[in-house]
Amino acid sequence: MSTPPASVPPARGEVPRLRIRGLRKSFGDKRVLDGIDLDVPRGTSMVVIGGSGSGKSVLLKCILGLIAPDDGVIELDGRNLLALPRRERLAQRARIGMLFQNGALFDSLPVWENVSFGLLARRMVGRREARERAADLLAQVGLAASVGALSPAELSGGMQKRVALARAIAAQPDILFFDEPTTGLDPIMGAVIDGLIVDCVKRLGSTAVAITHDMASAARIGDAAAMIHRGRIIWSGPAGALLDSGNAEVDQFTHGRREGPIQMELRR
Amino acid sequence: MNPLLDSLAAIGRAAIGFVREAGALTLFALEGLSHLLRPPFYWRRFVMALTEMGYFSLPVVALTAVFTGMVLALQTYTGFSRFNAESAIANVVVISITRELGPVLAGLMVAGRIGAATAAELGTMRVTDQIDALSTLSTEPMKYLVAPRLLAGVIALPLLVVIADILGVMGGFIVASVKLGFAPLTYLHNTFSFMQAGDVISGLVKAAVFGFLIALLGSYRGYFSRGGAEGVGAATTGAVVTASILILAFDYGLTELFFSR
Repeated sequence: MSTPPASVPPARGEVPRLRIRGLRKSFGDKRVLDGIDLDVPRGTSMVVIGGSGSGKSVLLKCILGLIAPDDGVIELDGRNLLALPRRERLAQRARIGMLFQNGALFDSLPVWENVSFGLLARRMVGRREARERAADLLAQVGLAASVGALSPAELSGGMQKRVALARAIAAQPDILFFDEPTTGLDPIMGAVIDGLIVDCVKRLGSTAVAITHDMASAARIGDAAAMIHRGRIIWSGPAGALLDSGNAEVDQFTHGRREGPIQMELRR
Repeated sequence: MNPLLDSLAAIGRAAIGFVREAGALTLFALEGLSHLLRPPFYWRRFVMALTEMGYFSLPVVALTAVFTGMVLALQTYTGFSRFNAESAIANVVVISITRELGPVLAGLMVAGRIGAATAAELGTMRVTDQIDALSTLSTEPMKYLVAPRLLAGVIALPLLVVIADILGVMGGFIVASVKLGFAPLTYLHNTFSFMQAGDVISGLVKAAVFGFLIALLGSYRGYFSRGGAEGVGAATTGAVVTASILILAFDYGLTELFFSR
């Protein structure tokens, strides 16, 4: 099983927005990431697909600095995040936006404060301006300004995802991460959220990395795709080629077949 | 299989586990305290924690103190009347309340209320990725969630104990003067003439330590909560039980420190 060194080759001489090399992470005896190599050029929307337990979420947490990898390199615009001093690493984190699987909105805060939390935390705005900015951001994800006064518990799942998206784009990040953005949503709302993600990424001119096992979502969001299996990238290429990749594991996964190499491995 | 070796191994594992947990808790406390010394400090979070821990705990602490003072006066009267020492009731009530019962009972009540609430809140934040979300929004979770609570604990509980001391003494006064027939002014005179600043101050120092322990245990258990609703439940129970035991253990240690000669 070969590991392609890059998902989408960047233009000659161009430093990819995100570059990962030899990323490894184990929990006890269980090796979850086994030498991940991945390039995400600027302005690209990359989807990473893979089954449950394949290492997708751990990969994302390593990139975000929530889990320390055992080995490897994670570069953002050519700077290795793992080698940076703590203060610089935190500064780099401000360039990242993240949409969590279940929104992860703060229960104790109203919606507007959730949306502008990062702006307030970084002292980019005062509270009054933060409230106005939150109304703008809510409008960008199709929500009325009045929603800002509600608490997250009063929102539907789709609305929570929109609010979480507004929070992720609030500081106009250079790179956006999406963890299973359509999980728990009906197909129509899933398509709406995907559409909003594509619009937001284009408007900001950001780079995006989405982790998903929803093929329809992957097709809508992604320019490029990679498949992770057993902690390694086993295929990468244009998102349009996902359904016709010529790779047995990818074929089985994307077509949702019971029989195939992945299931055979599980039976062992 | 040697039963003796197995038993020793189990004891050893438990000892290692205890030391590891104590070390982790100490490091967690030191990290939380270090965030109090480095900006930014989240004053709004501190005020919220202080309000929750102090103001909203007031009714339960007040009721506990009043009834404790009343029971103490009644029990002391019953016991001391056997050797004609009823006049010492005021002295016993004030010294017991200020030195011991005020801080310990307030601590246990607040541990049940705030320790559980803190562990449940932080545990839920952990299992729903809210703590990770804080990190991605340039906010250190320890600084935002834990440090303000630690400071609030150290300040709120002594304030509650001041009120508990007053109400506890008042409870004893009510029973002594209304039910047991003591002259009110004499009772009050006995109370204030016997009370020493050291008694009150030692109780307040104990309260500050207990407040810190309650905030620390609630935060620690919640912060490292795992495994969904069941994990949050276990964290909540663990926070209350551990905080209660530590309050009693530290109470003995502090009493030794203050009063043993």
